[in-house]
Amino acid sequence: MGSSSTLPVAEAIATTPAENRPIVDIRTLSLIFKAADKPVTALDGIDLRINSGDFVSLIGPSGCGKTTLLRVIADLEQPTSGDITVNGLTPEAARLKRAYGYVFQAPALYPWRTVERNVTLPLEIIGLDKTERQRRSAQQLALVGLAGFEKKFPWQLSGGMQQRVSIARALAFEPDLLLMDEPFGALDEITRDHLNSQLSRLWRTTGKTCVFVTHSISEAVFLSTRIVVMSPRPGRILDVIDCDLPRERSLEMRESQRFQDIAARVRHGLAEGHSYDE
Amino acid sequence: MHARRSPMTPLVLLTLPAFALPVGGLAESPLAWWQSTPALLALAIVLASLVLARWTPRTAFTEALLLAPGLFAGAALPLVLLDGGVALDQAAGLWMFLAGILALLWHVMERLTECSGFFRHLLVPALFGVMLIYLWEVGVRGFQVPSVLLPPPSSIAGALTTQTANLEDDFFQTVIKAVLRGYLWGCGAGFAVAILADRVPFLARGLLPFGNLVSAIPVVGIAPIMVMWFGFDWPSKAAVVVVMTFFPMLVNTLAGLAASEAIQLDLMRSYAAGYWRTLLMLRLPNAMPFLFNGLKINSTLALIGAIVAEFFGTPVVGMGFRISTEVARMNLSIVWATIVVAGITGSLMYGGLSWLERTVTAWHPSYRRR
Ligand SMILES: Nc1ncnc2c1ncn2[C@@H]1O[C@H](COP(=O)(O)OP(=O)(O)O)[C@@H](O)[C@H]1O
Ligand SMILES: [Mg+2]
Repeated sequence: MGSSSTLPVAEAIATTPAENRPIVDIRTLSLIFKAADKPVTALDGIDLRINSGDFVSLIGPSGCGKTTLLRVIADLEQPTSGDITVNGLTPEAARLKRAYGYVFQAPALYPWRTVERNVTLPLEIIGLDKTERQRRSAQQLALVGLAGFEKKFPWQLSGGMQQRVSIARALAFEPDLLLMDEPFGALDEITRDHLNSQLSRLWRTTGKTCVFVTHSISEAVFLSTRIVVMSPRPGRILDVIDCDLPRERSLEMRESQRFQDIAARVRHGLAEGHSYDE
Repeated sequence: MHARRSPMTPLVLLTLPAFALPVGGLAESPLAWWQSTPALLALAIVLASLVLARWTPRTAFTEALLLAPGLFAGAALPLVLLDGGVALDQAAGLWMFLAGILALLWHVMERLTECSGFFRHLLVPALFGVMLIYLWEVGVRGFQVPSVLLPPPSSIAGALTTQTANLEDDFFQTVIKAVLRGYLWGCGAGFAVAILADRVPFLARGLLPFGNLVSAIPVVGIAPIMVMWFGFDWPSKAAVVVVMTFFPMLVNTLAGLAASEAIQLDLMRSYAAGYWRTLLMLRLPNAMPFLFNGLKINSTLALIGAIVAEFFGTPVVGMGFRISTEVARMNLSIVWATIVVAGITGSLMYGGLSWLERTVTAWHPSYRRR
């Protein structure tokens, strides 16, 4: 395991479907927050299996537990009941092995570090040498369109640019499992399209496994192999929709009938969640 | 936008009546302007520089430069007259003239503020400081204020030069021995205990109320006790400083350690960074503004604490000792000289820390420049 990210970027290898090894395996998992007034069931009976090379999007209205589910996978939140393994290990053991990279909903940059040193922060922690750190930082900053901003400080950048730095930081870590919580929520439409293409290409060529939280149906359909539709109070999985578009995606594909059909199914699922709720 | 300039012509006109009034008093009788050579000389120089500055082509800086001899001559006049035995308490004409000179200085400072960095940032504040000291000198001597109430700066400067050896010993005893050691120990211990209390929550809960209690005790309460415990020499003063600086540092460090956001901590956790790495790479940088706050508060507290503590028993040296004994002997200029030394020491400590803070925490919102 873990070798895919260091392979040369070659279509021939990457387009070979990854073996169906479960990376994340969740069984009847529930999580109840013990809030001051009354407990909140953030996740209720979640069953989900994410295989190596999958791109899974979590979609659903606010408060349906998307962030919480991602945080459980990342061992940032403890489930109340049920089982979960990440790379066959407990989430804690996986975290300690640095199994994943996490893009938070907010940029979470350290204001005393320059853009470059923010990107290299995890690389310092895992003990890479300086030249390698700078190489990776330059590569990922270029990918998110921020080449030339290395020496700036986060507060000299717009909110969208800051979020792109945080994406570059997660990518520079070169994790096999990428957990992203509405990473493009704060970006304008054009930048968002651009980064969607980049992310899709990165996923296709490196064979990473991605779990991606979004509010946007078309973003979910464009990026994913599977779309998990969730509903709130209590947080449940309503439907898991296979998104069997070709692995190589282009933005034009969004106009195709196949794309529209899948999007309609997702929209339908979301609407059902609402009628179920109210 | 151009800065509004004060017009000079009405200013000159307003000053004109001054020359009908006496420039001073000599042997109980008024002295007119035309009777005093220094007065006429000063007047001539002032007029000459006014005329030159008015009718030569000029930039803000050359105008200031041309007006400088006039300012200098005008300002020197009261001092020259005083040295010549002229009394100034009835010299209405001279004071009006001086008001005009000050207005001129105002004008010059306004012009210099338009100039580039060096003049604006250094020369203007320096001129302003010199002006205050000058007014103090002229006021105190001109109106014969008793030196027990307020000695003129010149006699304080005199005490600074004649008493240098004593003042140096006092500085060494109080600042180097007591303040510096006490400050380093107090701040160091406050910081270390805060790190510990951050890991052991009951320590923080137990210590903070106690800290409030100690902070509420005035120095005059702590100092005699410390003298009883640690003797008359500097260790008791350093102990007072330790007691005074420990809790502010503890409280500020604890607040600083709590300043990291949950999401920043989650990020470190996602990298499987341990306690020490998280402390060094995230929590301490975030705590920096709080740490400097504590260090700055303490720099002032330490100096006050050590000086006041010396009022409660000390060997025959030290700034607090000097102040208390020389007040009793009516040597107010030595007292003031000691105050000057203390003031400069405190400003340098505070200024140095502020500079360091700006360098270290340039990223912080309060110092950011785009
Ligand atoms: N730390 C917490 N304590 C208490 N309740 C929480 C906490 N975090 C989230 N919740 C609650 O859990 C539910 C799911 O939240 P979240 O996972 O953030 O939703 P989403 O990301 O889908 O918008 C919400 O009702 C939210 O109020
Ligand atoms: Mg969320």
